[in-house]
Amino acid sequence: MTVDVLAADTTIGNPIANIGIFALFVAITLYIVIRASKKNTTAAEFFTAGRAFTGPQNGIAISGDYLSAASFLGIAGAIAVYGYDGFLYSIGFLVAWLVALLLVAELLRNAGKFTMADVLSFRLKQRPVRIAAATTTLAVCLFYLLAQMAGAGGLVALLLNVKGAVGQAVVIAVVGVLMIVYVLVGGMKGTTWVQIIKAALLIGGAALMTVMVLAKFGVNFSEMLGAAQSAVSGSADKAVAKRDVLAPGAQYGASLTSQINFISLALALVLGTAGLPHVLMRFYTVPTAKEARRSVVWAIALIGAFYLFTLALGYGAAALVGPDTILAAPGAQNSAAPLLAFELGGVVLLGVISAVAFATILAVVAGLTITAATSFAHDIYASVLKSHQVTEDEQVRVSRITVVVLGIFAIALGILASGQNIAFLVALAFAVAAAANLPTILYSLYWSRFNTRGALWSMYGGLVSTIVLIVFSPAVSGAKTAMLPHADFAWFPLANPGIVSIPLAFILGIVGTLTSADRGDPEINAEFEVRALTGVGAEKAVAAH
Amino acid sequence: MPETQHPPAETPISGQDYLAVQASPEFQELRNRLRRFVFPMSGLFLVWYFAYVLLGAFAHDFMAIKVWGNINVGLLIGLGQFVSTFVITGIYVLFANRELDPRAEAIRAELEGGAA
Repeated sequence: MTVDVLAADTTIGNPIANIGIFALFVAITLYIVIRASKKNTTAAEFFTAGRAFTGPQNGIAISGDYLSAASFLGIAGAIAVYGYDGFLYSIGFLVAWLVALLLVAELLRNAGKFTMADVLSFRLKQRPVRIAAATTTLAVCLFYLLAQMAGAGGLVALLLNVKGAVGQAVVIAVVGVLMIVYVLVGGMKGTTWVQIIKAALLIGGAALMTVMVLAKFGVNFSEMLGAAQSAVSGSADKAVAKRDVLAPGAQYGASLTSQINFISLALALVLGTAGLPHVLMRFYTVPTAKEARRSVVWAIALIGAFYLFTLALGYGAAALVGPDTILAAPGAQNSAAPLLAFELGGVVLLGVISAVAFATILAVVAGLTITAATSFAHDIYASVLKSHQVTEDEQVRVSRITVVVLGIFAIALGILASGQNIAFLVALAFAVAAAANLPTILYSLYWSRFNTRGALWSMYGGLVSTIVLIVFSPAVSGAKTAMLPHADFAWFPLANPGIVSIPLAFILGIVGTLTSADRGDPEINAEFEVRALTGVGAEKAVAAH
Repeated sequence: MPETQHPPAETPISGQDYLAVQASPEFQELRNRLRRFVFPMSGLFLVWYFAYVLLGAFAHDFMAIKVWGNINVGLLIGLGQFVSTFVITGIYVLFANRELDPRAEAIRAELEGGAA
């Protein structure tokens, strides 16, 4: 196969088949969402699916929420083009789940109701802490949403052969409208079922492709690695050809700055996951802390298996498709997995994988939107603006309006941000989650002296420092790959700010706490700790009908 | 008290009750066992993860040493991160099922049963 076969103005596979299989996915999931929505009357039903999902169901849904298009297309593509450095990414994403399992999931489930702010405001001052937690929640959701919607445009160009700006805008709008319908009609229950179906398709599809690609090399992984290295070494691009794809360094090893940048990214990845609001909210969809534990165990098993598949898919794509073909395709390295699907299974497998990629964007966007809308309705509208003088039905009504507003906002952003560098947006979402959310969550669960000032300093300090550093980093200006390549106001050398902002947020939490005389109410502190550790008074599942 | 967490029908347990439970040896035992497991284990996997990240960032030649065919040290340590994650998950679940759940269950039953 040569470069010319798949030059930028051709497409792969059959767009009609891709759309057809995606339409089938939409039809099936819509049917399930509508069926699931019959009981969506109370707030607990709408926000947490009645807390009635089992651990395994929730674990599959968590992996559906977590394995975004960036993971699937991005990591497989990075491994195909840069080799080992792409693999480093996936390890951070997996190990991060141990933080959620050991330190966060169960206590959070016991102590909270709908949102992260419920746990934080239990023994801290309601108003300021809820506003801060809702602000960081909305910020993380926004960056994550932006990354997903920006990725949708590129995917459209690659898979549906829609290249005009208007055509891409129409497809992004269709994805956005579908997402609004899923969330409005299905609430958390419908959204969870979409995640479950999507996760099964995504992991199943990746498993199938892994078996097929390994079979091509006689189930000899070492031989596939050798073929991948030869394909890369044979690249027409000299910079690509000299890469050693089996060892680290091809992407991050060039200078000390890029090495520190990589360590900074690794820190944000491993600490960010347990602070992602749409992941935290999933722990409220199960009846008990023990089920929350089971969900994380299932999520770890599925996510771990999936990243092992992407390792085989990435090297397989390098060996069978070749880096030159991948880089010349529309979508560049993101097209590695779809191109490999076409190579292995022709039009049908490509159609399935394309549909799965779309479903992935749809499902992740739906999960983010319901999280952001819940936080707005429950933390800002009900608790702050109306001082708890609203019924839960009213909260559901407000969150439905928020879903529509956010959906329209996401469509507009997706159209504007189409073609932006999405990897940095995902890294930014993780960095904000790790700096602004995780320190406060850990301190409030494990440190009884922790108080309101510590929480506010840590959350706002983490949020502001992360955003300020990224604005003045080479990710935004002063580099060829920056968001604004023609401007240069960068003074911070790292595109990933976590190595500064995460320790800063942890320190601010300690300093803020110790400089305030506020020690909280010992009775409420005792109640919080007893509830968090034993599950006394924890929110129960809504009784089955 | 934070009103959103407390539907009125569910608050028969007083702050004094919670203080008493928190001070009880049973609760302290549960708390200590939890902390003595999760903190060292978290330290362990973070150190192991960052050792790997630092090797990946700085020790390219070491990671490139071939062990078997094209499988090198870097790949083995990377796959080792998967193995350690799965193993720690398994150990924690065994520990929580055996050591934490029965203790939490006993305290919960006593508090909720006693107050009702």
